Order: sequence, then C-alpha cells, then structure tokens
Amino acid sequence: MKSSSLNKLTPYFFIAPAGLVLALGLLYPISYMMYASFLDWNPSQLIGEADWVGLKNYSTLWQDYAFRESLWVTLKFAFSVVLIEMILGLSLALLLDRNMRGMSALRTIFILPMMIAPIVVGLMWRYMYHPSIGVFNRTLNSFGFESIPWLSDSTWALISIIIADIWQWTPFIFILCLAALQSLPRSTLEAARMDGANAWQQAFYIKIPLMMPVLIVTLLLRLIDAFKVLEVILVMTNGGPGLSTEIIALRISRTASEFRELGVAAAMSNYLLILLLLLTLSMFLYNRFIEQHRAKSFNAIGKTSP
Amino acid sequence: MTKKTVGRPKNPAFYALMVALLVMSLGPIIMMVTTSLKLNVDIMSDASSLWFSPTLENYETVLCDVLWYEPVNVDYCNPTFSRALGNSIFIALMSTAITLILGCMAAYALVRFKFMGRGTISMTSLMMRMVPPAVLLVPVFGIWTFNYGLDGTFAGIVLVYVAMNLPFVIWILQSFIVQVPMQLEEAAKMDGANPLQIFFLVVLPVITPGLAAAAIFTFRIAWNEFLLANALLNRDTRTVPVTIVNSLTEYDIDWGVIMATGMLLAIPPIIFTFVASKQIITGMTAGAVKG
Repeated sequence: MKSSSLNKLTPYFFIAPAGLVLALGLLYPISYMMYASFLDWNPSQLIGEADWVGLKNYSTLWQDYAFRESLWVTLKFAFSVVLIEMILGLSLALLLDRNMRGMSALRTIFILPMMIAPIVVGLMWRYMYHPSIGVFNRTLNSFGFESIPWLSDSTWALISIIIADIWQWTPFIFILCLAALQSLPRSTLEAARMDGANAWQQAFYIKIPLMMPVLIVTLLLRLIDAFKVLEVILVMTNGGPGLSTEIIALRISRTASEFRELGVAAAMSNYLLILLLLLTLSMFLYNRFIEQHRAKSFNAIGKTSP
Repeated sequence: MTKKTVGRPKNPAFYALMVALLVMSLGPIIMMVTTSLKLNVDIMSDASSLWFSPTLENYETVLCDVLWYEPVNVDYCNPTFSRALGNSIFIALMSTAITLILGCMAAYALVRFKFMGRGTISMTSLMMRMVPPAVLLVPVFGIWTFNYGLDGTFAGIVLVYVAMNLPFVIWILQSFIVQVPMQLEEAAKMDGANPLQIFFLVVLPVITPGLAAAAIFTFRIAWNEFLLANALLNRDTRTVPVTIVNSLTEYDIDWGVIMATGMLLAIPPIIFTFVASKQIITGMTAGAVKG
C-alpha cells in the first residue's frame, strides 16, 4: 500500500525541482513584467509604490520617435540578415553536399563563431572596423582607396553590423541545411538523376521543395534569434551613430538602465514579445498548412496509383 | 558538365571554395589571437601586421593577480579581471551542474510517466527560446532586488541561468531518453532497483551524449551572457563579459589587453567545439531536422 502511493508520487518528486525553478525564475518574472508595463516605475521604488498608469506606457511609445525608429531598425536588421544568411547558407549547403574529405573539419570550424561569446565577436569586428588600425581600412588604403567610415556613418554602421551577423550566423543555416540534405531520400534523388535532371533542376524542383519544412523551421529559429541580438551591436556601436543601429533589445536595456523608466521598458518588452509571438504563430500555421496540403496530395497519389 | 561533377568528389574548385570559407570564418579569430600577442607599438604601426615579435605581455597584464611570478612589465596590477574570471568559472559550472540535474530528472519523469506530450514540451522550449534576455531584464532586476534579495549574489544569477536553460535541456534530454529501451529498466526493476537507482545506474549512462550536448549549451550561455549579469551582479561578483564591456571606452582602448581578455573568454568554448563538435551539431540540428 505504502509503496504504491510512493510510486504515484515519484513523477512529481522528479519534476518538482525543475518546475519550481521555472516558476520562480521564468514564469513569475514574465508575468511580473506584464504587470509592470502598466506602471510608472523607476528602479529606486518598490513595485508597490509605483503609480498605476494603465495603457499610458503603450500609447506614449507610439508617439516616441526613438521607439519607432528602433523598431524600424530592428525590422531592417532582422529581415536583411535572415534573407542574406538563408540564401548564402542554402546555396553553400547545396554546393558542398558531397562526400569530400575535410567536410567535418569545415563544419567544426564553422561552429566557432556561434560558440564564442557575442561580446568577443563584437570586439573582433570593432577592431577590424577600426578607422585607422582596422584591417578593412588598412587594406583599402594600401590599394589606394579611401577609408570607409564603417561604424561612424549611420548607413555604413547598419551595413557593418549586418556583415558581422552574417559572418556569425550563416554557418548555422549551412549546418541545418546540410543535415536536411543528407537526410533526403536517396531514391528520389537517384530517380531524378536517372531522368536526366541537371544539377539546377535537381536543386530547385527536388531538393528545395523536399527541404521546405526544415527551411521554414530554420528561418523561424534564425528570425527569433535575430530579434534577440544585442551584445554584438552593443560592443560595436552601442546603438549609434545617432539611433542608426539601436535595435529594440538595446533600446529596452537603455530605457531600463539609463533613462530609469522600468514601466516603459516593460511595455517595450511586451511589444517585442508580441511581435515574436506573431512570427512564431504564423510560421507554425504555415507549416501545418503545408503538411496538410502535402498529406492531401499524397492521398491523391495513393488513390490514383494501382 | 555539371553531370560529370555530381558524385565525383575530387574537384579542385570545391576545395578552393572550402579553403576560402575556412579563411573567412577563421580570419577574425586569428586576428584576435595575433592582436592579443602584440605590443601596442606593433598594433598601431603602419608596417605589415604579419611581422611582429609575439609577446605574452598582454596576458600577463590581465592575469597579473593569479600568476605565480611577478610579471616585470606590469607596473600596476588590476585584480578586476582575475576576480571576474573566477566568478565566471564558478557561475558557469554551478549553472551547468544544476540545470543538468534538474533537467535530467524532469525529462525522465516526463518520458516514463507520460506526463505531457512531446509536442507540449517542444512548444514550451520554442516559446522560451523566443523570450529575449532583454525582456527578462526589467522583471528579473525588480524581483531579484526587492522580492528575493538576491541582487549581487551568485545564487541570483545562477537561478536565472538555470531557469533560462531548463526548457531547452529538458527537451533535448527527452529525445535521448525516449530511445532508452524499456526492457533495460524493467530488468533492473526485476532485480529490485528503486526508481532512483534505475535512473542513476541504468538511464544516465546511456544518455551521456545528450548530457554532453546539454552541458555544452548551458555552459556556453552562462559563460557568455552579458545583459543580465550586468544588471544583477555587483563589483565583487561581476563576470568577464561585464568587465570587458566596462573597459570599452569611446576613444582610448588598450587593444592588446582587451583582445587578450577576449581570448581568455573565448578559449573554453573553442575547446568544447573541437572536443565535442558532433554533440554540438546534434544539439543544434535536433530542433529543426527531427522536429
């Protein structure tokens, strides 16, 4: 009798510690943030002393030029890095999907930029973009070209952080695409080759459509991460010059620590969460739609074939 | 033409492409290593950057407090960095250990006692991945300071890191535990082992690769994280990323020293990459490829 009730409790005993930590360290803070976004709250106050201001934080944000600007910068940054990285990563994977010696070494080296601390990645690129001692301007100068104001001009600064992000994250997409390619059914590819499809046709009509589910998940993961990038940009430009590279994550941390408006920062965090949630949901729905569509067409094939 | 190259791996063009990719991805890292071995005179000089006499002086400056000898070139020893290094190591190891223990237990229970579907777990894991650290900044700062009284302590930062990493770790360990054959556990049960013994002596040894992947991912996040560490920790408990950002000023940057600091921060992840690249790739691709 006793042992059976003990057995019934075992799963709870196993899950309880993790559940407790998640509740204290993640769920409580997030719900706290939802609540704090309705307050006029600065870091020296207890939350109970802060005034309730309703939706004021949310509405003032839309009148705030700096916020709209940083939202725009975030969207520009996220979509351009993801687009370029997807194209580069996918084409590299298609090109290098063959049994070559040194492939595993290449993959190992490729992971390095993602493993190293973002702070350090920012440091490396800030050094390389340095106006006088950086390698880019030195190379340009030695060939007789003018120096480029990599981090001090607002247009170039955005391009520079995009380049650094591409360097860091293209390997992620490459590795995922390569794994997807290598798990494609060999027989289908063999059949296509037998029918005389050339490399381009194989890639566009067979491989990419078959990889679609993986590509979409990859796109989603990368997009989510692109909205979270903070440290690399913090070290390289700290959002400047002006507001040209101040992405939302950076704006949140500055609103909290420099302007000391925790309520506004929380409202901004909520906007960012809603944006990410919408992205995730739309990808999910799209993925489900594709799966159903495919299941239907498979059924159709099954019915017509003897 | 293209048909011939398909399935014929030995094409020099592809090797050239591979070498180019290697150079591109390693270039910035190598540049950091060489800069950390240069004197400021060499960094600033216009002469070719490949010819210089390497020196460990920058590393001596950084580590002056923990070296067993008195470095000759260091006039004033700043203990900030060596203390931060100790803090970083402690925080990262503690977070990893606690996350793994809690994650293992939870993942095991979720699989064996069929609590929640795998779909729920992977959905939660994805949702958690969605939450940017910047979003946690405000609430964590507020709660840790006013409610828990954990600001500036190791316990406070370890709690955040464990909570941040748990969903992913549970999810990845689950996919390994599912593969452990039930018969193995039943046999152990027959022999009179209790659930704890089954877990530690039967299941744990089988899922070591999954544990390695989870450990590396957790360690990396705790070791590299800046934002929350910056908000929560004080002068004595600060980690290395925070000290690096603090020593970056607008104009006068001591590039040699700061690159040496960056190198020291980068070395553990680099070692992990070379030792366990297979596990890392498993962890990375598990989300997308297997679903």
